[in-house]
Amino acid sequence: MEDLYAEYEEKLPQKLIEEIKTHVPSKISKTKLKAILEKVYLEYITGIAEPGECVGLVGAESIGEPGTQMTLNTFHFAGVSEMNVTTGLPRLIEILDGRAEISTKMMEIYLKKPYNQQPEQVKKLAESLKETLLKDITTSMSINLAETKLVIELDEKKLTDINVKPVQIAKVLEKNFKGYALKVDEASLIIKSKSKEEDISGIYKLKQKAKSVYIGGVKGIKQVLPVKRGDELIIITAGTNLKEILQLDFVDQNRVMSNDIFEIQEVLGIEAARQAVIKEVFKVIDAQGLNVDMRHIMLVADTMTMSGTVLGINRYGIVKEKPSVLARASFETPIKHIIQASITGEKDDLKSVIENVMLNQYVPIGTGLPGLITKIKKA
Amino acid sequence: MTEVFLDNSFIGTVQDPKSFVDRLISQRRMGKIASTLNVIYNEALNQVFIEMSKGRAVRPLLVVKDGKPLLTERHIQQLEKNEITWSDLVKQGVIEYLDATEEENALVAFYEGELTSEHTHLEISPMDIVGLCTSLVPLGNYNHSVRLMQGSKNQKHAIGFYVTNYFVRMDMDVNLMHYPQVPLVHTLTHEISNFEKHPAGQNVVVAVMSYDGYNMEDAIILNRGSVDRGLGRSSYYRPVSSEELRYSGGLIDEIGIPDKDVKGYRSERDYRFLEEDGIVFPEAKVAEGDVIIGKASPPRFLSSLDEYNLTSNQKREASTALKHGEEGIVDMILLTENEEGNKLVQVRLRDLKIPEIGDKFTSRHGQKGVIGMIVPEEDVPFSASGMKPDIIFSPHGIPTRMTVAHVLEALAGKVGAMSGRFIDGTIFASEKEADLRKELLSLGFREDGTEVMYSGTTGKQYKARIFIGNMYYLRLKHLVSNKMHSRARGPIQLLTRQPTEGRAKEGGLRLGEMEKDTFVAHGASLLLKERFDSDKLMVPVCENCGMVAIHDARKNKYYCNVCGENVEINTVEMSYAFKLILDEFKSFGVYPKLKLKGKY
Repeated sequence: MEDLYAEYEEKLPQKLIEEIKTHVPSKISKTKLKAILEKVYLEYITGIAEPGECVGLVGAESIGEPGTQMTLNTFHFAGVSEMNVTTGLPRLIEILDGRAEISTKMMEIYLKKPYNQQPEQVKKLAESLKETLLKDITTSMSINLAETKLVIELDEKKLTDINVKPVQIAKVLEKNFKGYALKVDEASLIIKSKSKEEDISGIYKLKQKAKSVYIGGVKGIKQVLPVKRGDELIIITAGTNLKEILQLDFVDQNRVMSNDIFEIQEVLGIEAARQAVIKEVFKVIDAQGLNVDMRHIMLVADTMTMSGTVLGINRYGIVKEKPSVLARASFETPIKHIIQASITGEKDDLKSVIENVMLNQYVPIGTGLPGLITKIKKA
Repeated sequence: MTEVFLDNSFIGTVQDPKSFVDRLISQRRMGKIASTLNVIYNEALNQVFIEMSKGRAVRPLLVVKDGKPLLTERHIQQLEKNEITWSDLVKQGVIEYLDATEEENALVAFYEGELTSEHTHLEISPMDIVGLCTSLVPLGNYNHSVRLMQGSKNQKHAIGFYVTNYFVRMDMDVNLMHYPQVPLVHTLTHEISNFEKHPAGQNVVVAVMSYDGYNMEDAIILNRGSVDRGLGRSSYYRPVSSEELRYSGGLIDEIGIPDKDVKGYRSERDYRFLEEDGIVFPEAKVAEGDVIIGKASPPRFLSSLDEYNLTSNQKREASTALKHGEEGIVDMILLTENEEGNKLVQVRLRDLKIPEIGDKFTSRHGQKGVIGMIVPEEDVPFSASGMKPDIIFSPHGIPTRMTVAHVLEALAGKVGAMSGRFIDGTIFASEKEADLRKELLSLGFREDGTEVMYSGTTGKQYKARIFIGNMYYLRLKHLVSNKMHSRARGPIQLLTRQPTEGRAKEGGLRLGEMEKDTFVAHGASLLLKERFDSDKLMVPVCENCGMVAIHDARKNKYYCNVCGENVEINTVEMSYAFKLILDEFKSFGVYPKLKLKGKY
């Protein structure tokens, strides 16, 4: 039995053999197993792309055609109306263009075992993640023009919510605004310039700056929402900060997800970014109820990430990387590429499809790929 | 204090907005201010908006007071006697115009019987909710709204009787129906718009059944006998014109039969229809290539060199001939002069268009389709009384489109045809279906409109009863004979040497970017190359400098313009478009060097 499997080990991928082993009944005759393996092998080789098959174009058509059926603008509401996520065609374009700034950044934070059960506890953890700025915890900010000072009234209820004392806030502000004197008066802070000169525009600028002084939470996390997912509670956030979230001890590092591909590339590396591209593209296509084979998407992700950084499928991304001058010139901005090529003396080997269509030569794909080689006897 | 805005710009404030608005409205009804002024008080915003701007859509409504319309029997009697007109009613405040803003505060009753004390307005007629074209669809309230709109849109493409002075007009691209009829099932709008003076369709007998699959996918079957008797027959008119232009130096074009020595003289045969004045004679049957108006132009340029040239004084041929695929009969010739006083000749061509496979027909309910087959009359199914349908319509067109009015019209049309009267199909005010069914029963038919029918080919009775009735069918102006086009070889463009584009120029059908991709995806590389061979070219290339060399066919010698004769020159195949782009590169100073290499 085992030697039969060993025989097919070279012909079939390991995973398929494992699968056959689990599905085949333990008591099976050798001839029957051989027949099964042979049938699987036949199916497997017919499924493999043949040499010269145009996988890229088939992939492009396979994603592009269902893409035409996608609803133009769809938003998916993650529970609350304030938290909506771009999906559908705009999101697909965003991913494939390789945009660094995506329209709705989002994270799914899974928590470790003891933390992910009680709703109260999860809600508290979620609140602690939310980025708090000074303006979020003040009732008013006013400029006293007579004495050229800034008076900040703190919201005591919100202070107790996040468990911060006015003195702590004063310390943070002192660090941020050097050259100003700070006074704490119960729940109000009074900021005054140390220099004798009375500078009204200076105090006005100070007010604007003070609004966005960081107090607590994780930077970049704009909103939090605990959601039940299966038998556990997870936190969905608007805004991302993968690097800092991963460092928190109650977070399950293995399952945290961000939808910002560039952030993933930075924090976890290019392979993770590739996986993220696949996952995000598949999510969009799946949400629309369309059916695209995963391998087409994988090919796209491979193309986007093979240079080591995430490149978009546009003239600044992968098209720029094409070796052929004519291929690049045929896609947007032709004059730029032709002039650049003439300056550097570029050579076009006419190895891909577009150039050969332009020249009306055989396209090196499918039937155009093989050539007939014969030795001609010299008379 | 309430802010008041006139056309969205602030003009002031009022203390009591409600009485202010009421006063404005009552002043308008009294005719003291413009009838097109609309005003609304928005309570949520606490603002008053007055609208006077141009281009708002307004619609007339009857004013209702205390649950009773201001329009009385007396008004109606006066209207009938022509003592008062519409504008009098507007002046009296019986009718007023509301725009989209003021409609917000109005409660409009659809029928008079629905009126309560809360209503502010009454619809003049329920028909008002649709437009002019849409109200031409009979029984429209039984249709799905989308089909109603498509039905009204299709009517605009119908071939009809568009003007009565057509015989003296020189319109471009005109179709005229030969035997137009007034619809059996008509609407109020047909009466108001004098539809009987410019009808646009014909009453035909329609059977709903399949016929050997020739009416699938919305196609319709026509009865050859009906076509021969003039069903859907129309004429197509098109003008051709030419004028005697004046050139510098007192030279002028000359309309007439060109002399044989003019430059570009066609064959004598092409001028055979011209009379002495150089214009075709009426009722001449002309076809592609035939000259309609003969003309000769003076030589284009008179340069000093040409003075010694014998051919310099030669006139140029500038006749107007029929282009590819055009044909017709000369219908009318018009001799006049244009604004500059130049002689202008216009010739109107007429072409008889008998319905053929591919011509488009429609009912008035968005049920359009092309002719799939014209069946010989003897093969058309017939009913027990011997009635044969003119059109066979596929039943598959009904369920998904939900055009109930299409079916009802056939039923109503049958009643109309058998009882000899017109049926009122005005939207929301049509004759009741139940009454029509009763009448049909009394006329000796089944009340559901179906009849026992027999196959025209075998004579056997069909197992199912066939729904058959009279409908108003329209022939649409999209005729195959004006659209059909194919090409195997033909003219090419001068610049790219690729086939020309468009039917008029006998152009090719472009195999575009996405079509190319399908060939690539199948790996059909050699087939793809063959498809793009339309501008293929053998180009001699100098191996030394990589530029296009020259082949002197007379001496059968190859030489390079740069490197001379003693270099290796090889011929390669490429598209002319690529050779062109190489030349374009050179023209802006980029040196495209070709390096040749044996393929294998």
